Amino acid sequence: MTDDLQALKTEIDAALAAATDLRAWDAIRVGVLGRNGTLTGLLRDLGKTAPDQRRERGAALNRLKDALTAAIEARKTDLENAALDARLAGEKIDVTLPPRPRPQGLIHPIARTMEEIVAIFGAMGCTLSDGPDVESDWFNFGALNIPAHHPARADHDTFYLPAQGDLPPPVLRTHTSPVQIRTMLTQPPPIRTIVIGRTYRADHDATHSPMFHQCEGLIIDRDLTLGHLKGCLTDFLRTFFDIANLPVRFRSSYFPFTEPSMEVDIGWNRRTGELGKGGDWLEILGSGMVHPRVLANCGIDPREWQGFAWGMGVERVTMLKHGMADLRPFYESDLRWLRHYGFNPLAPTMLHEGV
Amino acid sequence: MKFSLAWLKTHLDTDAPLQTITDTLTQIGLELEGLENKGAALASFRIVHVREAVQHPNADRLRVCTVDTGSETVTVVCGAPNARTGMKAVLARPGDTVPHDGSVLKVGEIRGVKSQGMLMSTREMGLGDDHSGIVDLPADAPVGTSYAAWAGMDDPIIEIGVTPNRGDCFSVRGVARDLAAAGIGTLKPFAPAKITPAFEGGPRWQNDFPEACPWILGRAIRGVKNSASPKWLQDRLTSIGLRPINALVDVTNFFTIDLGRPLHVFDIGKLTGDVLTLRRGAGETLAALNGKEYTLTSEDCAICDAAGVQSIAGVIGGEPTGCDEHTTEVFVECALFDPVRIALTGRRHQVVSDARQRFERGLDPALMPDAIEAATALIIELCGGEPGTVTGAGAEPAWQRDATMRFERIASFGGSDIGADEAVASLERLGFGVRHRDAHAVTVAVPSWRNDVAGAIALDQSPDLDPAKAAAAAEGCTTIEPENDLIEEVLRLRGLDAVPAVSLPRSGPVPAATLTPRQTRTALARRTLAAQGLAECVTFSFMAAGEARPFGDTPDSLRLSNPIAADLDQLRPTPVATLAMAAKRNAARGYPDVALFEVGPAFDATALHGQRLVAAGVRAGASPRHWSGPVQGVDAMDAKADLWAAMAALELPLEGLMLTQDAPDYYHPGRSATVRQGPKNVLGRFGEIHPRVLNDLGLPAPMVAFELDLDAVSDPKRRRKSAPDLSAFQPVRRDFAFLVDTGIAADAVLRAAKGSERALIAGVALFDVYEGDKLAEGKKSLAIEVTFQPRERTLTDAEIEAACQKVIAAVAKSTGAVLR
Repeated sequence: MTDDLQALKTEIDAALAAATDLRAWDAIRVGVLGRNGTLTGLLRDLGKTAPDQRRERGAALNRLKDALTAAIEARKTDLENAALDARLAGEKIDVTLPPRPRPQGLIHPIARTMEEIVAIFGAMGCTLSDGPDVESDWFNFGALNIPAHHPARADHDTFYLPAQGDLPPPVLRTHTSPVQIRTMLTQPPPIRTIVIGRTYRADHDATHSPMFHQCEGLIIDRDLTLGHLKGCLTDFLRTFFDIANLPVRFRSSYFPFTEPSMEVDIGWNRRTGELGKGGDWLEILGSGMVHPRVLANCGIDPREWQGFAWGMGVERVTMLKHGMADLRPFYESDLRWLRHYGFNPLAPTMLHEGV
Repeated sequence: MKFSLAWLKTHLDTDAPLQTITDTLTQIGLELEGLENKGAALASFRIVHVREAVQHPNADRLRVCTVDTGSETVTVVCGAPNARTGMKAVLARPGDTVPHDGSVLKVGEIRGVKSQGMLMSTREMGLGDDHSGIVDLPADAPVGTSYAAWAGMDDPIIEIGVTPNRGDCFSVRGVARDLAAAGIGTLKPFAPAKITPAFEGGPRWQNDFPEACPWILGRAIRGVKNSASPKWLQDRLTSIGLRPINALVDVTNFFTIDLGRPLHVFDIGKLTGDVLTLRRGAGETLAALNGKEYTLTSEDCAICDAAGVQSIAGVIGGEPTGCDEHTTEVFVECALFDPVRIALTGRRHQVVSDARQRFERGLDPALMPDAIEAATALIIELCGGEPGTVTGAGAEPAWQRDATMRFERIASFGGSDIGADEAVASLERLGFGVRHRDAHAVTVAVPSWRNDVAGAIALDQSPDLDPAKAAAAAEGCTTIEPENDLIEEVLRLRGLDAVPAVSLPRSGPVPAATLTPRQTRTALARRTLAAQGLAECVTFSFMAAGEARPFGDTPDSLRLSNPIAADLDQLRPTPVATLAMAAKRNAARGYPDVALFEVGPAFDATALHGQRLVAAGVRAGASPRHWSGPVQGVDAMDAKADLWAAMAALELPLEGLMLTQDAPDYYHPGRSATVRQGPKNVLGRFGEIHPRVLNDLGLPAPMVAFELDLDAVSDPKRRRKSAPDLSAFQPVRRDFAFLVDTGIAADAVLRAAKGSERALIAGVALFDVYEGDKLAEGKKSLAIEVTFQPRERTLTDAEIEAACQKVIAAVAKSTGAVLR
């Protein structure tokens, strides 16, 4: 580079360095690269250069132009950044201000438990069946081998609606078992289904509510045994409570609609409420092999088909799983309780995420 | 059912520890419900004689006692002020645990005197609060014997739950039999001696109601002296919570528990005539032994003398002919009543008696002759007198029946590996008699007391079944049920816990969908509404009729006949009703701003044939106070937004829905709407709750609500989506402000604009609504933004202008609007 070009470069670098705002910077840019700029002038004068030097001079000028353009643009970026920094320095917010409210809704613990139950039994091949809350006497009792005089009726504390005509009065279903009957009447075996829904009994205290939720299951096939009943329910309980070695005990009992009938207990500590250890037993569900009369009442030949059924309180397993002490708040809609125990609607139960 | 261990051992010969007995009871289906064993903690304490109590040489307040334990003499230092020479007391020895604080006694030295035990106070033994001094027993208390035994506290009281099928275990003997069959000891024989009658005569039976009573026996006993029962009998009864009355009555109560065999005693001196007639009730009133009066119906079985009804058969006896201390002639009744009739009579009159409990589960019909002999013997032992002949009416019903079990079914139904020999042995221990056995099956005779096994099969088949299927199923039941009855017995005695658990076989490589489309819809609606900031509630399906009435139809057919409380008597017409009450409760707790929803049933008069599943929500109060902006009270559009969010999630065609301002009366008439998909199908509604309803029910204001009828939403069609329209050209947006009559719906303007140039217009948005003094009376301004989306090339100014004119013309034509 010839001296004059070197001098120009030095001069412009110094000027750029001295420019402290975009206006001064633009003046330099126009002074160098503008129509009347120094560099533009030198390029224009290239034609006047002796032909033998023109090539070399031209190359030098182009290099200088590139260098100056880069320096000018670099300086612009610097100045812009500096200007932005200066502006931002004055733009402070109080980051501790509470953010704009986006009210969070939530899922009731009963609905959450229902989802979990459905997910687990769904993985065992069950469908979910529904039925009405208001049932006829036959669906709630008669079909389930509970005739009118049966002592078990007295245990059910049934709510009745006024009788229509000569029929027995309709009832609020005392259990979800009528849906077993509805299923067997509409769906040929094999059957794998569960039912979850509202049930009603005239009982009200810290551990009983006149309305509560039951989960019912019905599995019918040709060669299922009482061993499958035990396996199915044990698998469910251990998955639901997420305790792989949860002790599960089956005890002889009686229900009109199953035979043999069994109460199912899980191991826990009565004092601390901790599940899985402690040496005490807690009754958690009722179960049994479907009574041949119930099958026959639905037109299913018990010589061909057999299976099992169970029923369990949804609130009860919810309380146990989450260590809730009292049943009544489930239905009180107390916002404070709901916020405390409610679940995130965007985190529904999925087996692959764990229940 | 309660009994004491000693009582049980009168029927069961066993040395099994109490814990083994109670564990077995639970395992075989006689669930242990309670165990009272006060004596266990006192087992080692003995009654002692304080030969001498002298002042401690080194302590003012202590005494040194020389104590005779019956086998040795020990020295005990005692601080009790009442310790004195010659008294009888209770001694705990080194190594014993003090029940009160759980401490273990050691040989101690107290102020230089060795003490080899502790004389106990009531409190130290955990029997009360008295610690003013040591227990001071009567002079005749036997030295050296167990204090608990002497005080009658060494007999544990066992309480079990008896399931409705096991009437036979409503007796101490029945429990003993089941335990013996399960391997706990041996059942003692029961064979009361035949009593030789000393005379003939006494009341006779006349049975005019044989359906209610197939067989009845009776016997007169003359010359009895009825006074208080002996201590052993009183102790038996009081130990299980029964009140001793007099010997004759106590004998009947004893056999009710001991053999499960209720008896009744009439005072012959109080009977009129010498015939006792069983007949239907006829509206008479009986003053019963429990002090209450009952009026008999023709469905009740009455036992009557010449003067009238003296007893409700099998349920409760009458006061006027009851036995008391003046009774000298007694007539013992021992009957078999129809269980169903007893259950219905008991329920009709709401009498819960030990007799009813047993009769309605069915009694052992073969036990009657033995029972009356045993009762006679005990009466004569306690009260003296001489027995008459046994008189009867009817005959022992034929109860004999067989049941067959294929051994293979123990595994293929019961899932158990119990072999044929063990199975048969179990049945035999339970009293079943083997009639026939081969390699494959056994046929047994069912014992008289097991009316739950191989009983008459009563089916209640659905009337809609195919007759051939129904008949085959019924026939199958007659084979399978008795067999299952026997398998249950076999499994039960070994314990169902012994059956190995087997996981359910897979139904397919990957399970099919668990939920129906409707159920999926419900779950999605629930999650969507919660994501709108609403908190999910579960409220009762029933509520106070008065509070339900403002929210719709409350027909009498949905009023509970037997509500548990007056405020829970009516099935709700809509979940909005119970949610509104929930908002009120929250306001009362100091939380007036709520956003609640519920997915649950709504009931109307058709509910007897099905009910509606509704997703409903309620918002009350205002948005939270916040620095970033003003507080806003909830309004109808909040409810609409919730409803729209749910409907959008369910993929309902929002653009095609119709809104009509005919929501039910509990909504504000001008600020609410019904949402329809087509003219007939009502999807839901939303709006402000009517101020009168708020006022009448004291609900917090403002309150808005929405309802979405999930049953009105049709199942989605699985249609493949068409390719998306992704134009390469920039859209052009133009704003228009229209002046329209205030009565014109914004939707009409939006639809008109959108319809004006369908191919070109991609969207229309309402961005401003203005009504005010700058406009003429009765007018409002609606400002919309129209998005034109060219697809083949960029639009020219002229084309844009032409499209805009079309919008203006279309809106003007359909709504009378003019461009501002």
